[in-house]
Amino acid sequence: MSKKTIVKVEDAGMSFDTKKGKFIALRNIDLNIAEGEFVSLIGHSGCGKSTLLNLIAGLTLPTAGSLICDGREIAGPGPERAVVFQNHSLLPWLTCFENVLLAVERVFGKKEGKGKLKARAEAALEMVHMSHALQKYPHEISGGMKQRVGIARAFAMEPKILLMDEPFGALDALTRASLQDELNGVMEKTGATVVMVTHDVDEAVLLSDRIVMMTNGPAATIGEILPVNLARPRDRLALAHDRDFVDCRAALLEFLYQKQVKKAA
Amino acid sequence: MSAASISSDKIVSMPSSPPVAQVQAANEAGPAVAPARPSEPRTPLSEILLAVFKAVFPPVAGIALLIAVWALLAAKGGSIPGPLAVWDAAKVLFADPFYNNGPNDMGIGWNVLSSLQRVGIGFGFAALVGIPLGFIIGRFAFMNAMFDPVISLLRPVSPLAWLPIGLLVFKQADPAATWTIFICSIWPMIINTAVGVQRVPQDYMNVARVLDLDEWKIVTKILFPSVLPYMLTGIRLSIGTAWLVIVAAEMLTGGVGIGFWVWDEWNNLKVEHIIIAIFIIGIVGLLLEQALLLLARRFSYGNS
Repeated sequence: MSKKTIVKVEDAGMSFDTKKGKFIALRNIDLNIAEGEFVSLIGHSGCGKSTLLNLIAGLTLPTAGSLICDGREIAGPGPERAVVFQNHSLLPWLTCFENVLLAVERVFGKKEGKGKLKARAEAALEMVHMSHALQKYPHEISGGMKQRVGIARAFAMEPKILLMDEPFGALDALTRASLQDELNGVMEKTGATVVMVTHDVDEAVLLSDRIVMMTNGPAATIGEILPVNLARPRDRLALAHDRDFVDCRAALLEFLYQKQVKKAA
Repeated sequence: MSAASISSDKIVSMPSSPPVAQVQAANEAGPAVAPARPSEPRTPLSEILLAVFKAVFPPVAGIALLIAVWALLAAKGGSIPGPLAVWDAAKVLFADPFYNNGPNDMGIGWNVLSSLQRVGIGFGFAALVGIPLGFIIGRFAFMNAMFDPVISLLRPVSPLAWLPIGLLVFKQADPAATWTIFICSIWPMIINTAVGVQRVPQDYMNVARVLDLDEWKIVTKILFPSVLPYMLTGIRLSIGTAWLVIVAAEMLTGGVGIGFWVWDEWNNLKVEHIIIAIFIIGIVGLLLEQALLLLARRFSYGNS
């Protein structure tokens, strides 16, 4: 891939000081993420995949190695690395529109007028088919809708990279599927760069260009990286019997349930 | 004077259970009336009547019991006037609540209003100081560690112990009474605001960090709305305590006010008026509490 690298993770490690001494969560992580690429991080719970995402987000800082985003060392969170949180994290006292507008204002407020900012927020919500709920408050809409608004908020910021922490983990299977399809559609329209944490094998294959498989913690690291060479746009029904799709799925399952067997907790 | 300060101490330490009972009564009233809404037009009349009965009867029965016990005690005890005697006195008293025969003889309306004014001013200053202080203490761990021992030390002190200091500094009774209100109102406001700030969900703070909002936006868009319910609880507790304390403070300072009026009527041996004052103080306190609960409900953002 000749595209330019957006995020470069170099020998990054993360350890925490606990009462029992040093706890190493991640070690020797090397990963390059190219522009327009969709990368999934998959692994058993406790493998540090969320920790790696937080490192890229800048919400936590690495204790070893370095992370570089667009030529600059990541020293903290910033709007060029938008995050879609697992539990949507919409502010309950703002309407859906205001939640998105808050993010839009922060990123474009200095350059653009009020009308343009509002148009941006509306466009982002329309993209996730939430135009009907602009003036609704988060507690008035369903969990799936909240997550759509969370995604709209992140996309509206036009980030260099979009970080998603199990974005559909809290949703039921049907809602999850429709949101995955929607995300696929948005990806094709915007060509965004995405890193997504997931524990869902189908979700990873369906959405990703590459799947990063993490070994079990403690001291987790990257086990294998699986490229997914499926043509886009991807249709979940057609793919169900596609040879490559089934192979990718099998490779993931083999890694998760044979090579990295999780002992019952 | 000394008798007054003893009784005032009891007033201050009175728990807030009566208002809680009122809240529960209000909550029960809500759903019970709900079937009468037009969304369910087919509810039979008997069910509506039953619902109204269930909502109205228990509180009415409670008040009736109170009056019955009172009437019984009055009939046996002798010196306590019964409900009828008090009712007659109240009719005379409320016929002209706003007369003014000089500072020591004013209508009951003036007395209540001047007490409310003291509470309002003292409480207002407490809010001006306490809420920002609460924000600072909640936001910065250093400030929390610094102020914690001070607040822990001063909070248990009866606000009336501060009255002489107020008299010394202000050289007048009226601002001294307001000063005790300030002191008793400030603690719940500082503590509740600080707790509210500390309990702002980490998710919201992560949103602020990812968006890289400036401190002003963090305060106005995230901290303030998130803390508001806690702040309103602090305000409600403050007003409740202030209304308890003002009666005692005015007994000590004199002037115009419901507390002074109670003491004055005791000196005049008009026990009916003291009982009327008890009812007035209770009703005003109840109204303040309900108004603030209504305000708090307006600012609770569902369960999201």
